[in-house]
Amino acid sequence: MRIGHFATNYARDEAFAGSRSARGLALAILVLVIAFPFLAPTYWLYMGTLLAINVISTIGLNITTGYTGLLSLGHGAFMGVGAYTAGYFAINHGMPFYLTIPLAGIFAAVLGAAFGLPSLGIRGLYLVIATLAAQYILSFLFQNWTAVTGGLNGLKLEPATIGEFRFDNNTSLYYFVLVPAVGLSLFAANLFRTRVGRAFIAIRERDLTAEVLGVHLTRYKLASFALGAFYAGIAGGLMAYLFRIVTADQYSLAVSVFFLSAVVVGGMGSIFGSVLGALFMTVLPEALKAAVDLVGPFFTMRAALIFAPIREIVFGMLLVFFLIFEPRGLVYIWHRVSRMFSLWPFKS
Amino acid sequence: MSPLQLFIEYSLVGIAAGGIYTLVALGSILIFKASGVFNFAMGEMMMFGAYSFLLFSVQLKLHWAIGMALAILVSCGLAWIIERAVLRPMLGQPVISLVMVTFGIGFVLRGIASLVFGTDSYQLPEILARDPFMIFGIFMPGKAGRGFLLSVGICVALIVFFRFSRIGIALRATAADQITAFSMGINVRGIFGLAWMAAAAAGTVAGVIAASVASLTPELGAIALSVLAVVILGGMNSIGGVLVAGLLIGWLESITGYLLGGAYRDITPYVAVLIMLMIRPHGLFGTKPVERI
Repeated sequence: MRIGHFATNYARDEAFAGSRSARGLALAILVLVIAFPFLAPTYWLYMGTLLAINVISTIGLNITTGYTGLLSLGHGAFMGVGAYTAGYFAINHGMPFYLTIPLAGIFAAVLGAAFGLPSLGIRGLYLVIATLAAQYILSFLFQNWTAVTGGLNGLKLEPATIGEFRFDNNTSLYYFVLVPAVGLSLFAANLFRTRVGRAFIAIRERDLTAEVLGVHLTRYKLASFALGAFYAGIAGGLMAYLFRIVTADQYSLAVSVFFLSAVVVGGMGSIFGSVLGALFMTVLPEALKAAVDLVGPFFTMRAALIFAPIREIVFGMLLVFFLIFEPRGLVYIWHRVSRMFSLWPFKS
Repeated sequence: MSPLQLFIEYSLVGIAAGGIYTLVALGSILIFKASGVFNFAMGEMMMFGAYSFLLFSVQLKLHWAIGMALAILVSCGLAWIIERAVLRPMLGQPVISLVMVTFGIGFVLRGIASLVFGTDSYQLPEILARDPFMIFGIFMPGKAGRGFLLSVGICVALIVFFRFSRIGIALRATAADQITAFSMGINVRGIFGLAWMAAAAAGTVAGVIAASVASLTPELGAIALSVLAVVILGGMNSIGGVLVAGLLIGWLESITGYLLGGAYRDITPYVAVLIMLMIRPHGLFGTKPVERI
């Protein structure tokens, strides 16, 4: 039970995990996340690894779209840029992962800023089309710039190594992606307590007002695109080492829509919401598959045949449902539930 | 055949394909003008219309004209339900929510189509004659050419309707200023529904033409993504602009396909649109939006 949390100075008010119970919860989550490989079966561990990558990418898109209000349909392509960059430098130049993954982020950030350039003059729907154009043009490059991307065959990577150690089993890969995932999440959460983060939010609320208040629109809009794409690039680079293969259809428009859905379902403008959204979107197909397998034998149709359309229907319905009934996303439900608990005996 | 003749032939085929883009884009523009929603499910509505045509004319063996009328009716009903049940509660939400909700509708429609009809491709009955015809000595494939004439005919009919009928004037009044239109006694909510139904009708015809030129799969709607480029290129609020841009995009696709190869075809509309956004963000014929504080 935690009735009131009264901050007596600004530092405490802004603090990242201000109260004792918040710190306790954060610590508990951290311990659980670190101990996860010893608790979970192999398949779950793999899902956890995928989830950590999706969290990074969702947070990136949330920075651009949720916090700065710049709608991007090119996020999947920026992940692709990261994956291909990591793959290219690892294969052709034999670079270790601790160089290729930052490079993946940087390349994606540069391209993100380049495709963000039209965002300076346009907004809303026009920006959607500009980023959609980025997605298609980059997808085209992935498929046809054979010298770098390997064309339709894609790139095949060796496992990441450090010294003699190879990241080639589930447990090591889990920690391999966990470290950047936790680091980048904390960075993003802290970003919005700083001048830059507040400038992003000001642009989202009303860009003209933000400009009048002294926010340099050009600089911050491009920075927001670059930062979002940087996260996408890192996620793509990690994904390249996880799957050890990079192909163009792993980073199609569907991926961009997947991450936009994760942002919307989780809650726009919330880092914790991004985590929840990524969790939901990663687990949903698995849950559906389990459900279809469960009821499949009662129907004459083969479960595998109806799974893809059913996934599409459920996915679309959930998107519509969330946007109509809970536009603030899962994080808002979380807030409501946690408030209910903290006020429990007194507010019935 | 001389390169010039080939060029002209490819141009004609491209412009003919552009007719379908124009028709679909016109549908999107109607919805956008009336309610300010950009419908990313337009391609799926097109696909849905084509499947209902398949259901009525092939599987229930009705005459194709009756099948077409029923298909248009069903798609209009669907569009009305979508508008009423999904888009109406979303009024006034930010652009991202509107974009995502139409994506969601698109997923649901595509999922239903592949659940009911499977992912195999279907052949529609021959409603457009296949025999090619010659224009000024230039060879013109029959289906594409007739499809073009049909779609342009419907575009012109729609434009004339919305320019001169009472309903059309009400729609334009709603587009200009919803509150004033409402206070002048125009049924603004009705106009929203009407715009969606008109778009669904245009989409159904476009879907049937597109499916009979090629074949019908749940992925038919994918061509509508080029339509986005058409709309932006023409200018979001300009119907004339969309007519020109639709044909222009069709022509550009065909010509780049001819000169550079098929792979370049698919990105042509987007390259054109990116260049356009850099030079004239409001489109070829669109009016520059006035920023009010």
